[in-house]
Amino acid sequence: MRSLFSRKSDVIVLLPDGNKRPLGDYLFPSAILMLAALILMVSMFLPYWSMKMTAPQYPKGLTVEVYINHLEGDVREVDALNHYLGMPPLDEGGRLERSISLVAIVVLGLLLMAAVFVGNQWAAVLALPVLVFPLIFLADLWLILYRYGHSIDPTSPLGSAIDPFTPPLFGAGTVGQFGTVASVEIGLFMAIAAGVVVLVGLWFHRAAYKPIVDARKKVGTAEQEASST
Amino acid sequence: MKRLLILISILTFLLSACGGGGGSPTPAAEGLPADASALAAERGLTPDDIYAALKTYMPSGQTDPYIMLASGGQSGQVLVIGVPSMRILKVLGVFTPEPWQGFGFGGSSNKVLEEGYIDGNELKWGDTHHPSFSETAGEYDGEFAFINDKANARLAVIDLRDFETKQIIKNPNSINDHGGAFVTPNTEYVIEGPQYAAPIGWEYASLDEYQEKYRGLITFWKFDRASGRVDEAQSFQIELPPYWQDLCDAGKLVSEGWIFCNSFNTEMATGGLELGNPPFEAGTAKNDTDYLHIIDWKKAEEVANGGSVEEINGMRVITMQTAIDEGILYFTPEPKSPHGSDVTPGGEYIVVGGKLDPHVTVYSFEKIKSAIQAGGLDSDVYGVPVIPLDKSMEAQVELGLGPLHTVYDDKGYAYTSLFLDSAVARWTLGGPYADKHPEEGWTLVQKLPVQYNIGHITAAEGDTASPDGQYVVALNKWSIDRFANVGPLLPQNFQLVDISQTGDQMRVLYDMPIGMAEPHYAQIISADKLKAFEVYPEVGWNPETMSVDPNAVTSEDQTRVERNGNNVEIWMTVVRSHFKPERVEIKQGDHVVWHLTSLEQTRDATHGFALSGYNINLSLEPGETQTIEFDATMSGTFTYYCTEFCSALHLEMLGYFLVSPE
Repeated sequence: MRSLFSRKSDVIVLLPDGNKRPLGDYLFPSAILMLAALILMVSMFLPYWSMKMTAPQYPKGLTVEVYINHLEGDVREVDALNHYLGMPPLDEGGRLERSISLVAIVVLGLLLMAAVFVGNQWAAVLALPVLVFPLIFLADLWLILYRYGHSIDPTSPLGSAIDPFTPPLFGAGTVGQFGTVASVEIGLFMAIAAGVVVLVGLWFHRAAYKPIVDARKKVGTAEQEASST
Repeated sequence: MKRLLILISILTFLLSACGGGGGSPTPAAEGLPADASALAAERGLTPDDIYAALKTYMPSGQTDPYIMLASGGQSGQVLVIGVPSMRILKVLGVFTPEPWQGFGFGGSSNKVLEEGYIDGNELKWGDTHHPSFSETAGEYDGEFAFINDKANARLAVIDLRDFETKQIIKNPNSINDHGGAFVTPNTEYVIEGPQYAAPIGWEYASLDEYQEKYRGLITFWKFDRASGRVDEAQSFQIELPPYWQDLCDAGKLVSEGWIFCNSFNTEMATGGLELGNPPFEAGTAKNDTDYLHIIDWKKAEEVANGGSVEEINGMRVITMQTAIDEGILYFTPEPKSPHGSDVTPGGEYIVVGGKLDPHVTVYSFEKIKSAIQAGGLDSDVYGVPVIPLDKSMEAQVELGLGPLHTVYDDKGYAYTSLFLDSAVARWTLGGPYADKHPEEGWTLVQKLPVQYNIGHITAAEGDTASPDGQYVVALNKWSIDRFANVGPLLPQNFQLVDISQTGDQMRVLYDMPIGMAEPHYAQIISADKLKAFEVYPEVGWNPETMSVDPNAVTSEDQTRVERNGNNVEIWMTVVRSHFKPERVEIKQGDHVVWHLTSLEQTRDATHGFALSGYNINLSLEPGETQTIEFDATMSGTFTYYCTEFCSALHLEMLGYFLVSPE
């Protein structure tokens, strides 16, 4: 590993302008981008967000964990309680997103892989979706929560007694006898971490490939000048 | 030591409080907190009382380390009680309908009760005597429990996954029993010992033909763990003389493969006080000794499976003659009219309580085996070989009056209930147990008065190969002055006894009134062995089959009512706080099949289903599916509603059942 990624590798890359750079300079950003893709893939199996509810008659509390493609925890019981308020079943929120999420994450990972093979600034464009993915997730979740709290069936037992509301994306709230705590979970933190790793990778990517691009330009300009004279 | 110091400090405080005319409360550092000390002084509690309170008080939210299953006697039920707090956790419907459990008011429990009917006679009660946990390698395994109905010779199987009665099986050849239920060390068989002799199959025969036609009959019910049911086809019986066999116990470890049963009418008294004959109470007590029955059940099993049986009412019966010829049945004398027959934890000894004899008699299984091997035994009138007492007895220990039943602890002590002395006797076992206690073997250590007339006695894991010690419960028949006067029918009194210390340090900790039953025996299991469901494992669970019911509906979309001629079939869901459908409209005379599924999966979210006028009341625990079936004989407007306060909108959980007139 050390020899492979060592920037003092004995394998040398010859730039168009005749400069030389160690091979490691190019392998390193590729490895980092692939690491980001790996982190993103692992996050698929972990919860992104959770809502914990506590009430006197639930000594262990109730928890709903949101994964990118499914819900886990006390979904059944939360639905049973929410039907009194006339709120739609949890499963109805974000159905489209959940159905495409796995494919989307794999595509994001493949884009990162592709960026490895792109030796110019377009690599950043390919990596961009991974950077904004956590923001998209949160924005979409907020939208789902908004719709959820604004779809109250007025004919439900308590539907006429509550005003439309948006359950909080982060932090504590109260619904009836329930205290709620919404938190970002490990999966989303990993997605954010993948973004940070992508930034690091792009920095090294730029450091490695910009000299090539510059060298090409320089050589190109020199050839142009040569042919025009 | 620490406990002793605390006790001394409490004692010192109480003495000073009494002497000093209510001196200042003791600071917390010396023992109890000041307010607790003041309270103790105000109530006049002794240090023993405080010790007992601290031993038994269970703070809210904490659970008991032991669970006791007690028979309900003529209530026909089984009680589930936490030990040491002595709180009733549950009453289980077994032989008697129990509306709280929806037991016998529609649903599959009706079928269970119907299995126990005799020739169409609807038996709606039982006389439960001896509960028995299923065992693996001589230890309670917490999977099943069994109990007999003395009145009608029936056996019930309780599944401890949901603490519900799954099977009632009627003995085809006996009309009463007593020596059951007891299990063999791996629950191969559940034993139902007989009691009052009758002709096999309880056919008519004059009492003049008592010796020729009346018989005892011990039943070995084959238990199939996988199905959780007794398999009658694999079960067998052994014909015995009409000696009124009583309690039995299965040998374990060194005596595995054997069963030991008492008897108390070797006189073959037939009563007839009104004819000038000695009454049973005298006639059965004439001889100085009765016979301890010693039965080789492994050999009996071989013989039964080998086909040397008579089939009577569909049951394989090993005749007395076959049992004698094959060396299955032996006797040895025991003090007259005995009660308990209790095998020691290691299986070495059998202890018999003399009832009318102040001793317990201890038999050595090794000696019994040697005597059988030596042969040359005399026989009784029926030809059963009799081992002389001096060839079977290990020891006799004088305990007091009315020794009945014996249980064991982990320190080599035995505990015998003394009915007439109203006491629990602690005495020492000898032999391999002699090193476990400071006293000499086979000696009385302490007699602890209990209130009053103790019958059975039970100990924590007391019938296993490794009893826990800690607690004994005295199952007292009379309570007399122990509780407030609530009229001439008094509660029984379960007294918790602390046996955690050696020597003469036993003490009564708690009086528990039992006001809905007259328990006989009880067994105490370590709570961590019980692995009951919190809710049924899947929505649509049928507790009868212990699997998902094909008629379960797992979502409200699937609910429907279908009519096929005069048959109306309803698939209904039940969830907080509504039934679906909420209106069921049928015609008078329709036959109704009604499937109900609880969609709940939350612990304790139980619903009831009561249908007015039709004697239907179900308990639908989370995930449960039940089917009720009846003819809509009455027209009118009926309601069905939830009988278990399930939610804030519980009262609103109802539906209308509209039956239009023909």
